Amino acid sequence: MQAATIEQAKQLGLLEEEFHKICQILGREPNFTEISVYSVMWSEHCSYKNSITWLKTLPREGSKMLAAAGEENAGLVDIGDGLACCFKIESHNHPSAIEPYQGAATGVGGINRDIFSMGARPIAQLNSLRFGNLKTDRTKWLMKGVVKGIGDYGNAFGIPTVGGEVYFDDCYEQNNLVNAMSVGIVPVGKSISAAAGPPGNPVYIFGSATGKDGIHGAAFASKDMSEDSIQDLPSVQVGDPFWEKLILEATMELIETGAVVGMQDMGAAGITCSTSEMSAKSGVGMDVWLDKVPMRQADMKAWELLLSESQERMLVVVQKGMEQKAIDVFEKWEISYAHIGEVTDSGRVRYYMNGVLEGDIPAESLVLGGGAPVYKREWTIPAYFAEINKFSLDSISDISLEQAREAALKLCAEPNIASKRWVYEQYDSMVGTVNQSTNKPSDAAVVMVKGTNKSLALTVDCNSRYIFADPDKGTQIAVAEAARNIRVTGGVPTGVTNCLNFGNPYNTEVYYQFKHAIDGMGKACRKFDTPVTGGNVSFYNQSTNGNAVYPTPTIGMVGIIEKPEHRMSLDFKAAGDLIYLVGKAHNDLGSSQYLAKLKGVEYSPCPHFELDEEYAVQMAVYGAITSGLLQSTHDISEGGLFVAALESAMAGKLGFDICTLSGMRNDAWLFGEGQSRVLVSVSSDKKAAFETAMQQAGVSATHIGTVQTAGVVVNGNSWGEVSDFARPYNTVIAEAIG
Amino acid sequence: MKCGVVIFPGSNCDHDLMVVLKSLTGEDPVKLWHQNPSIEGCSHVFLPGGFSYGDYLRSGAIAKLSPVMKAVSEHAANGGFVMGICNGFQILCESGLLPGALLRNTNMKFVCKNVHLTPINTNTMVTTGLNAGRSLTIPIAHGEGRFYADEETLEHLEKNNQVVFRYCDASGNPTEESNPNGSLNNIAGVCNAGFNVFGMMPHPERCAEEGLFNTDGRALFESILAMASA
Repeated sequence: MQAATIEQAKQLGLLEEEFHKICQILGREPNFTEISVYSVMWSEHCSYKNSITWLKTLPREGSKMLAAAGEENAGLVDIGDGLACCFKIESHNHPSAIEPYQGAATGVGGINRDIFSMGARPIAQLNSLRFGNLKTDRTKWLMKGVVKGIGDYGNAFGIPTVGGEVYFDDCYEQNNLVNAMSVGIVPVGKSISAAAGPPGNPVYIFGSATGKDGIHGAAFASKDMSEDSIQDLPSVQVGDPFWEKLILEATMELIETGAVVGMQDMGAAGITCSTSEMSAKSGVGMDVWLDKVPMRQADMKAWELLLSESQERMLVVVQKGMEQKAIDVFEKWEISYAHIGEVTDSGRVRYYMNGVLEGDIPAESLVLGGGAPVYKREWTIPAYFAEINKFSLDSISDISLEQAREAALKLCAEPNIASKRWVYEQYDSMVGTVNQSTNKPSDAAVVMVKGTNKSLALTVDCNSRYIFADPDKGTQIAVAEAARNIRVTGGVPTGVTNCLNFGNPYNTEVYYQFKHAIDGMGKACRKFDTPVTGGNVSFYNQSTNGNAVYPTPTIGMVGIIEKPEHRMSLDFKAAGDLIYLVGKAHNDLGSSQYLAKLKGVEYSPCPHFELDEEYAVQMAVYGAITSGLLQSTHDISEGGLFVAALESAMAGKLGFDICTLSGMRNDAWLFGEGQSRVLVSVSSDKKAAFETAMQQAGVSATHIGTVQTAGVVVNGNSWGEVSDFARPYNTVIAEAIG
Repeated sequence: MKCGVVIFPGSNCDHDLMVVLKSLTGEDPVKLWHQNPSIEGCSHVFLPGGFSYGDYLRSGAIAKLSPVMKAVSEHAANGGFVMGICNGFQILCESGLLPGALLRNTNMKFVCKNVHLTPINTNTMVTTGLNAGRSLTIPIAHGEGRFYADEETLEHLEKNNQVVFRYCDASGNPTEESNPNGSLNNIAGVCNAGFNVFGMMPHPERCAEEGLFNTDGRALFESILAMASA
């Protein structure tokens, strides 16, 4: 085998020091196939080399955790009744930025394979999307493509998309974000591990044939976006949801046969990643005969087969002697398969092509936690913090209530606040008959766990503007908002999966954001007792002009609703019900949509937030729900108290009458985004019991108004009909996209 | 009554449908695999929603060629009960068991939401339990659901009472605004001239259990059950 040169290694994205380390590990110079393998396995995407030091500081243990964080394809938590919930979120940002349709579609495909490769049948999907300015042609193109990609793939795959978030900010103009989450259910003890198991067992590949698409996808995800990124188009994979559906059903049947020793899907770095990770996990090796792999085109080279990221493929180690059972399943579903190797006791992955040894590498040396490099980067305090510190609320003059009505109408037409109906109606949200939010909307999406009395409350949250202003506190807020959405829906927060979208880690200010975001996440996850079960890191979300996206550590959270009667919805229920604000109001407009979009203030502090205060509010509202004291609950987020009240009114087809609070600025009262606040409605016969409960919980509850049959009234003055606000709220995104 | 649910590769509402049928009949429906050339003595055959064979080429265009569809056609020709929901409806139209065709929605987008439906002919096996003029809330989820037929066929369908459901507003009026996909005459469901083969785009199986907070779809299945035991 001809030795590779250091120049070739550099072209593949390896550092000079990394090339020398490879020589050391192998005790000789690597060949081209081998440096190709190292380049993908040691890429940021697969090795977490610049993030793992900090990820290890996150709380990763808990009584309900059934798989160690990051050790399996997805997180696994015990939800009682003998069942486990398997869930994970993952990014597909770079592919979606150059080919939005396939980029987003294959993101959905990949995350679902992570779930069902563990033996869990997916029951729900969510996603978190970020785009630039909705007025630009680029954003419209990206958004149409991404939404159609997610819809076409997820709808045909047949798992409902039940929740998500969409934000628009200029920082995402060149580098939009697509984060997809999937949630599945598996009986405890029946999940499948991504481990090769003992030597001697045969290794099969099944699913689609392998082609030249997606080669170097992991490397592409590990560099900045640029003018030349379109040259990386062949790095984008092409998805086929029909195949994925067949592979799902075949995988479920395969597991039923008892023939499976271990399994992993093929995502980033394809055959390379699955064979080396499964081997390293069991401390074994694997001999792989690449020429046996079903190929989509002739003349594929060893390194191409190893690096291909063709979609809808699985690697499975089958119990020796049970091969026929596996083959029967593959043939029933008419999917291609091949016996491509064997588990060995060598501890090495050995890749053969037509009998010739093309690569011979210690499996352990390739993987995270093994030989993959680990770096601790420098950070510096971002210069823009000085701009944020300069902000004074006094520089913004308060508004009259007449002006506030105009501001409210404008806010309803802000894409970040307006209804995302144009997006979510393109997703099948009801297939599977588990979605309980269709007819009873709530802050977290609620899905039934069939065969039990329980439901899962699911949410994805991240207000990246807050995190830009203060990475530590802002990330605490992201976790807190996720927990709040679950608590006010009647659920108990149980576990977190995260998708960490940041700029280039070699930029010291970006690294500051990353390090401090992880600090904040750790603090909040400990407070809410929600261990981090896994997730992914996506660096290099920035264009070559040096502008990184806002730090965007998206939090996916799963909660458990123990009993049907605990389930709470956000719609106002009856005229005459009393409206309360639970939690303290502050004269605070920090990082609000009002300040950013209506006042044009780009730099302002993170809104008010204290972890202990937040926890007390959440527990007080949850206590009131489980005691049957509440009619509706809705957390106060983007757009502030007014938008929260409006949303509860629209969902309940009712109106409301609220008043302002003395000592509070009108703008901060109506549109401020101070945290730890929930808008609830209470029927008048429960008034005393509710107020007593809040007092006992030591949480402020202010009676601020009443639910009405119709209309919007503020301080006794009519602001018109709910429909006056609902019209822009419901139509602005569809109209902008055209 | 022996129910069978046809499963094509790519079907994805088969399970939902079987759960509802079992809850009503107390018996597990027979799973009829696409390669099965028989319907195994089922009296009532259901074609579920999904993306049979990926819906490549055209929705339902490949499914109609599967071995099981030959048996389904024979069952229909003998007056047996057949019902297709969503992709099942598309397959029945492609197979020629139902008149008309289902084209891309006028806005060219997949749409999933609750819509209102009103029963038009309440003398069929699917609708006897329903009140004419009443508005039911039933979800849709499709990209190709625009019912189309040539003028003559359409006129014949209307005259012959083969229009089973129309999209309508909350009060039961079939208005233009309440038509979610551009279907001619707001048609959401039809039956054949023999009144034994039914197709509809909306999904009654998605609103037939208490836990989903909408049980409007249950009445359709109850009607089928009542007629079977009558």
